[in-house]
Amino acid sequence: MQPFIKHTGLVAPMDRVNVDTDQMVPKQFLKLQTREGFGRTLFYDWRYLPGEALNPEFPLNFPRYKGASVLLARANFGCGSSREHAPWAILDYGFRSIIAPSYADIFYNNCFKNGILPVTLSDAQVDDLFRRVENQESYRLTVDLENQVITDESGLRIPFEIDPFRRNSLLKGLDDIGLTLEHEPDISAYEKLNPKSAPMYEAVDVKIAAPQT
Amino acid sequence: MAPQTLYEKIWNSHIVREVPGQPSLIYIDRHLIHEGTSPQAFAGLKAAGRKVRRPDLTFAVMDHSVSTKNRLLPVLDADARGQFEALERNCKETGVRLFDMHSRNQGIVHIIGPELGITQPGQTIVCGDSHTSTHGAVGALAFGIGTSEIEHVLATQCLSQAKSKTGLIRFNGKRPKGVTSKDFILTLIGKIGIAGGTGYVFEYAGDAVGALSLEARMTMCNMTIEGGARAGMMAPDETTFKYLEGKPFVPRGKEFQEAVEGWKALASDPGAKYDLVVDIDATKLAPQVTWGTNPGMVTDVTSRVPDPNSFSDPVDKQAAERALVYMDLKAGTPITDIAVDRVFIGSCTNSRIEDLRAAAHVIEGKHVSKHVKQALAVPGSRVVKVQAEKEGLDKIFLDAGFEWRDAGCSMCIGMNDDVLPSGERSASTSNRNFEGRQGKGSRTHLVSPMMAAAAAIEGHFVDIRKWDVNGAE
Repeated sequence: MQPFIKHTGLVAPMDRVNVDTDQMVPKQFLKLQTREGFGRTLFYDWRYLPGEALNPEFPLNFPRYKGASVLLARANFGCGSSREHAPWAILDYGFRSIIAPSYADIFYNNCFKNGILPVTLSDAQVDDLFRRVENQESYRLTVDLENQVITDESGLRIPFEIDPFRRNSLLKGLDDIGLTLEHEPDISAYEKLNPKSAPMYEAVDVKIAAPQT
Repeated sequence: MAPQTLYEKIWNSHIVREVPGQPSLIYIDRHLIHEGTSPQAFAGLKAAGRKVRRPDLTFAVMDHSVSTKNRLLPVLDADARGQFEALERNCKETGVRLFDMHSRNQGIVHIIGPELGITQPGQTIVCGDSHTSTHGAVGALAFGIGTSEIEHVLATQCLSQAKSKTGLIRFNGKRPKGVTSKDFILTLIGKIGIAGGTGYVFEYAGDAVGALSLEARMTMCNMTIEGGARAGMMAPDETTFKYLEGKPFVPRGKEFQEAVEGWKALASDPGAKYDLVVDIDATKLAPQVTWGTNPGMVTDVTSRVPDPNSFSDPVDKQAAERALVYMDLKAGTPITDIAVDRVFIGSCTNSRIEDLRAAAHVIEGKHVSKHVKQALAVPGSRVVKVQAEKEGLDKIFLDAGFEWRDAGCSMCIGMNDDVLPSGERSASTSNRNFEGRQGKGSRTHLVSPMMAAAAAIEGHFVDIRKWDVNGAE
């Protein structure tokens, strides 16, 4: 996973509450087998008119937000389905950080697994940022995870809170699985104390034979 | 020791490693996978040269994209076919048990887990699907995860998790006739909002919940994620034990009795503390119908489509305005005046045998309205389908003008060809009414199986309490 230390980029607004992951990647794109290439599908039904022509009324399609890499969003961003295709699409589109007042749990967690930093600010702070984005063309923000602060070129400075463990993993781009495997002796010890199995007491129509353990 | 909640008991018994200030490493007892969210996890595992640690605790099923028509025909959708083939290959290579689309036990992952007794009280259960919360109804801690976490569980059988806050949601009193557990959960979401449970695990209690069948409890846990809480659960009781006894993966005889004794100890201790307590008077509940584009936009069937101006919060007002445009509804319209184009009875929320019995009871001897273009009855599993056919329910559905289909996720998500066309309106027993959920431009109204069945007959929503529903539950 690519680390996130500090990122400066153009800000694009997504001024809707409760944006669900079905909107980020509609179902027809859930049949692919890659993690890449989902940028094209991001906000598909909002972003495109029939025939995949760009919808000129959708903010991400405004020329002024072309190349944006910081997404400013509203409350409960990423609710609904657990599909990790949503953060894959956000990343592949070019966003490295999201700023919102709140996120749905599964989506929030999925962001960290993909090197995306979701920053949580108060409603008032987010409102203020929406005004700044609207009023100023090419509005850019620097999201500094190391110092836990968001800044702009006019001297704005907004500190933010983040779980220290998540912060550290993101700063270093750590491989979660690798980290857990370092605790393999703990896992084995747990299994020895708490033997787990799933025996079948009555035959069911299962395709693969149960492995021997 | 301080009194503990059901959640805390399960959590504590699954801690592999705990360090202050860090998420805990918790052990996963059952890992369920399906074709839609698993291929990238297996690919990642392979690329890193890692193995599936406990294939014996992992179960796979094909459900999201399967056809509900003739499954013996070739799969024409190349992407869907690719996912089926990938799942089969991945299971073969790693030794994961697979219920493929031809298995007699195939069905929606959240239907077959409890149905086969794979999911049991006291377990930790995960699946790359947000409706994994369903399994909490047996008294388990069950929640949805992303694909990176699937890969993590495949490799380590553990997850790195921070402890959730706990909410106790009590439904008190006797449930009126015609009001179902679907109406319980929709009422709750309407009350707390779709982000009201963010950061929480909910435990449902109260005499109205205790009186529910286990299948009805699953409907509540299933939609818990729609209120923002990742998991919902109920203390296992006699209803639970009776449901589980004799299931293929549940121990027998003396071993079962021993298991039951252990399961009895899972109930929250008297005096256990919760971060949130919500009390709802079940005697006052009415059948619910969603009017908007998320499950929190819901009201009583006797009510009207709300006026956006009635919302004091400008954010809610704006969301309601937008929803009414998308849904093509006018404020003030009585809910019972809303006409439906299609009816879908199915999904991991409401496709178990009791759901089909309730719907069949409502439609028996009647016929689907000529204004309704399609009415689908989609059993949640092939076991449910066989049982329904044994009881003659298929004939009731077919005689009434419903289509009787094979098991799968179907029109809840429209990943196969069961899609709600753009601009059309459904009465659906599923769990999400998001924009485009059942098909691009589709308009979904979430209701209970009885309410969906009655809407199919009348062509618009009706208050099911005015019908004879004795014997429907």
